Amino acid sequence: MKRMQTEILVIGGGATGTGVAWDAALRGFRTVLVEKRDLTHGTTGRYHGLLHSGARYVLKDAASAVECISENRILRRTHTHCIEDTSGFFVVVPEDEDDYPDRFAAACRRLDVPCTEIPPPSALRREPLLNPRISRVFELPDAAADSFLATHATAQAARQAGATLLPYHELTRLHLSGGDGNRAVSAATVLDTVSGEELHIDADLVINAAGAWSGQVAALAGVEVKMILGKGVMLATNARLTNTVINRCKMPGDGDILVPIHTVSVIGTTDEQVADPENLSIEQWEVDLMLTEGDKLVPGLSRSRILRAWAGVRPLYQETQPSGEPTPGTDDSLSNDQPAQDSPQSSRDATRALALLNHRQRDGVRGFITITGGKWTTFRLMAESAVDAACEQLGVSRPCRTADTSVPGVEQGHYWLGHRLNEVEDENLQSELVCECELVTRSMLEGAAQRNPTVTLDDLRRDVRLGMGPCQGGFCTYRAVGILHQLRAGNASPAAGEWHVAHMQSPAHHHRAGAAAEPSRAGPAPASSPAPSDESRRRSAAVDPGTNVSQPNLLLRDFLQERWKGVAPILWGQQLRQERLDELIYLSILNADHLPVDDEESPLSSFYRSGSSPASSSL
Amino acid sequence: MPPASLNSVGLSLNDCIKCNICTSYCPVSQVTDSFPGPKYAAPQSERFRDFGHPFYADGAGPISRTLAAGQMPDASVDYCSGCRVCNEVCPTGVRIAEINARARARIVAARGISLRNRLLGRNELLGRIGSIAPGLANFLLHNPLSRRLAAALFGVAEKAPLPRWHHHTLNRWLARTRAQRLRGERKVVYFHGCATQYYEPFVGIAAVLVLEHLGYEVIVPPQNCCGLPMLSNGEFGAAESYHRRNVSRLIEFVNAGYPIIGTSTSCTLTLKEEAPELLDLENDAGTRALKLATWDIFEWLRERLDQGQLPSDLRPLHQSDQPFILPYHAPCQLRAHRIGKPALDLLARIPGLDLRESHARCCGIAGTYGYKTEKYQIAMDVGAELFDFVAAQSTESNQDTEGSLSFTACDSETCRWQLEHGTGLPSRHPIELLAAAYGLYDLHARRPADGN
Ligand SMILES: Cc1cc2nc3c(=O)[nH]c(=O)nc-3n(C[C@H](O)[C@H](O)[C@H](O)COP(=O)(O)OP(=O)(O)OC[C@H]3O[C@@H](n4cnc5c(N)ncnc54)[C@H](O)[C@@H]3O)c2cc1C
Ligand code: SF4
Ligand code: SF4
Ligand code: SF4
Repeated sequence: MKRMQTEILVIGGGATGTGVAWDAALRGFRTVLVEKRDLTHGTTGRYHGLLHSGARYVLKDAASAVECISENRILRRTHTHCIEDTSGFFVVVPEDEDDYPDRFAAACRRLDVPCTEIPPPSALRREPLLNPRISRVFELPDAAADSFLATHATAQAARQAGATLLPYHELTRLHLSGGDGNRAVSAATVLDTVSGEELHIDADLVINAAGAWSGQVAALAGVEVKMILGKGVMLATNARLTNTVINRCKMPGDGDILVPIHTVSVIGTTDEQVADPENLSIEQWEVDLMLTEGDKLVPGLSRSRILRAWAGVRPLYQETQPSGEPTPGTDDSLSNDQPAQDSPQSSRDATRALALLNHRQRDGVRGFITITGGKWTTFRLMAESAVDAACEQLGVSRPCRTADTSVPGVEQGHYWLGHRLNEVEDENLQSELVCECELVTRSMLEGAAQRNPTVTLDDLRRDVRLGMGPCQGGFCTYRAVGILHQLRAGNASPAAGEWHVAHMQSPAHHHRAGAAAEPSRAGPAPASSPAPSDESRRRSAAVDPGTNVSQPNLLLRDFLQERWKGVAPILWGQQLRQERLDELIYLSILNADHLPVDDEESPLSSFYRSGSSPASSSL
Repeated sequence: MPPASLNSVGLSLNDCIKCNICTSYCPVSQVTDSFPGPKYAAPQSERFRDFGHPFYADGAGPISRTLAAGQMPDASVDYCSGCRVCNEVCPTGVRIAEINARARARIVAARGISLRNRLLGRNELLGRIGSIAPGLANFLLHNPLSRRLAAALFGVAEKAPLPRWHHHTLNRWLARTRAQRLRGERKVVYFHGCATQYYEPFVGIAAVLVLEHLGYEVIVPPQNCCGLPMLSNGEFGAAESYHRRNVSRLIEFVNAGYPIIGTSTSCTLTLKEEAPELLDLENDAGTRALKLATWDIFEWLRERLDQGQLPSDLRPLHQSDQPFILPYHAPCQLRAHRIGKPALDLLARIPGLDLRESHARCCGIAGTYGYKTEKYQIAMDVGAELFDFVAAQSTESNQDTEGSLSFTACDSETCRWQLEHGTGLPSRHPIELLAAAYGLYDLHARRPADGN
């Protein structure tokens, strides 16, 4: 068994885990992160896309509101290029008229959430498709955020600071030392899900940032963490309906936010308590509810083309019975040990404030910290409080630096809807397009495939938006498979150097950089940090001839299955017509359902197949 | 501004299933790399523009902060000629050409318009100025030196087939022949368009003569440019004021129940469809009424034919007993009316006429497109399909000396000029042929048979 040694081991490659790795590495800790699938494969890659202003929670969950607005201000600096500065409206529709708006405005003032009331006609002028019957509109600094890009940018910042990130590495065991009352987590066993090899990692401290899986990870340390899992379903429209985030001005409920993210608008979400973090089923009533509620924001939304549906599971946590001693060393207002509310009845009522569980105090287990709850918006703060607690346990005092450190790429400024089209036009890359709908060029695809572990095409989707457009992979899947096959066969010039994720969404950058090594534009790395380890830049599985997942047929089948999952729940009208054409291409012309891959599986094949039936969890 | 609906032109991109049929038919993307094609320019790029948002006439619009700050992501859509071949073939009804026209309008709103495009958009004004002293204007415009200057200074292609001002306008002729004009109970309104007024009054004359021959009094009320040149050059604000003026001038006739009949297929298309749709005026009552009252002249004549009201005194177009070979090209703008090819139905009645129907996609000129230096060659390359077709008819006719080929026919003025430029043969509006077959009109001299 291979062995590694580190100071801090982070479990989970979502926003929170990569944030922790970044924070810890910046503070000079040797850091390793393990993620069982691709970065952002969890809730982070399935969220609604909103950088909260906090206004949604001002009346219901003041602690979360305060966290959100302060992080909103910070992330606009540290992750500028991952954010589109859309602004946000809170609108009062006829269904919602009561005293909520006045109380809302007062609470925003009280909590220092900037809120301006604007006349409905000027709001309608900016957003002509908005419900014309709105009676009041408040404008707040909401924004849209690309969590794929943000997580990759954070991950690269972490790597540059010396952290090692291991995607497709699943934690299977935590090793405890010491007897009763003096137990400590000291090592972990990790399974490389691509090669099947095991890896032993000795660590001074393990930070559990496994989101909705946190309870399962904690259980490996013999600790009980009862997560409240709230599944949410979202629908994306074929193209944007508004350019501003639209919220209903009312107590948070289902289907009351419409977020413009890249080329689509996303209406969401539901909130159903589930037991299994991998229960991503989409029920008919959930789709119907989103359409009905969507119509209240943009009349006609339900009749416009719906591109896709998906679900994510919120990792919420609320201490229901008094436990352990209060947590020293962290700001009381931010920790959860004094519940602000009574025990929640449902996941909709559970707090969105972050939850830091210091298991030394809470359960008498040293070397183990769980950071969960919160929002995507507050991932940096969550990382900060987790690493603060780690410093405290390790007996060192090193201040957090993430609030004043930018991740690579911020110099590009906020992204905007037209940025890809603009670059494709400027550089005349029209003939280079692989995914025409989302304007993914061949060099973007090759850059991502060669420098980021690519087990499935879905990994590339998260990297460059492959297959996310109207045809849902209809025209790009076979092209991408062909390109990956060529890479594997060694027909492409090999890419050298680190994957510079700051520009992973930029057609022009990839074109200019070509297959040549990308310049390391990062600032000077902290003196204490070692060079990026081999693992962080190893060749991807898809282009590694040694692994069975590199089968082009398997890549094709997996991706078609993955895309189908999100289309099946919304199969009517225009998208049905599209799917019929895709079916003709893949089943009638390419005979994709009879490709010779029957006995082969990628680590994700069964996940994609699971469809609407809850998958059995892997832990 | 009424609230935009989810059915607006931009949102028709939702119908696209990415099939590429439009791209394989687009005549422009076939001949140049400058234009990536309809699927790319319309349903795909529109998702990266300010999708679904109407254009604001006052330019105060759109909408996302970046666009408001003057950033329009793309430029290649300017190479779409607007021929609408894509719309014809799209199996799902995406309004491709309209999406492209709106995108151009937003480029103009964001970046401003060149003097050349402003001039090309103002052919009514040019027409009026030139007609003050047509001889001088023609000399100034058409001598080689000024053509070279115009190319260098404004980007107006040196060789492109610019029209010549006629020595009198249609209005002058109408005034001069007022006493001879038919008065009667049955009336129609004639919409001549700028080109007929200033460059080709004889087309209007032929139309008036034919309509009168059918027994209708022809009213030619004051009117102005339909606004299409401005629409296709992206000046939507100006186009809207022209359109509204036309509505107010014509509405009393519409309300009186008179059909509005035009010989310029692009003008009638603008009144019927382009202005209401592109300018978001479909809910405007006057616009709607005018839209419903407007007819292409052959569309209206075919109606008369179907009702058995067409005089049957059609004669062969020339004396010899050889057939008169006539290649006919239905211009894109006529095809966009979706009324078939009514001129063919009428011309087929002319004895001894050997009609040869072109199936070429486009002549290339597409309004003002082919006049622009950077697009002249594209327009000629697009037109090659049509020029070759015409040439093939003439070789055939020479070989078996079965007939003579001395004209081509086409309903749209700029297309006729391009046809003449590309084939060397004179081109005629079908109404001129019909007028000649009724013995009312001299096809060669382009004036009334009675010399007036
Ligand atoms: C429907 C929905 C909409 C939302 N919308 C918003 C929004 O608009 N704005 C906002 O701010 N927040 C939003 N949130 C909340 C936000 O998405 C989450 O709070 C946040 O993404 C959680 O990130 P995370 O890193 O903690 O968890 P995750 O992203 O789930 O990361 C945990 C990771 O741990 C990995 N893992 C699990 N077990 C193991 C193991 N044994 N070994 C290795 N790795 C393991 C998983 O694969 C996963 O990738 C939304 C949530 C939902 C469900
Ligand atoms: S598949 Fe399409 S994703 Fe790829 S070209 Fe089409 S939408 Fe794009
Ligand atoms: S209007 Fe003509 S030139 Fe423009 S995209 Fe359509 S077919 Fe091509
Ligand atoms: S023909 Fe119509 S449906 Fe097909 S790609 Fe073009 S716009 Fe889309």
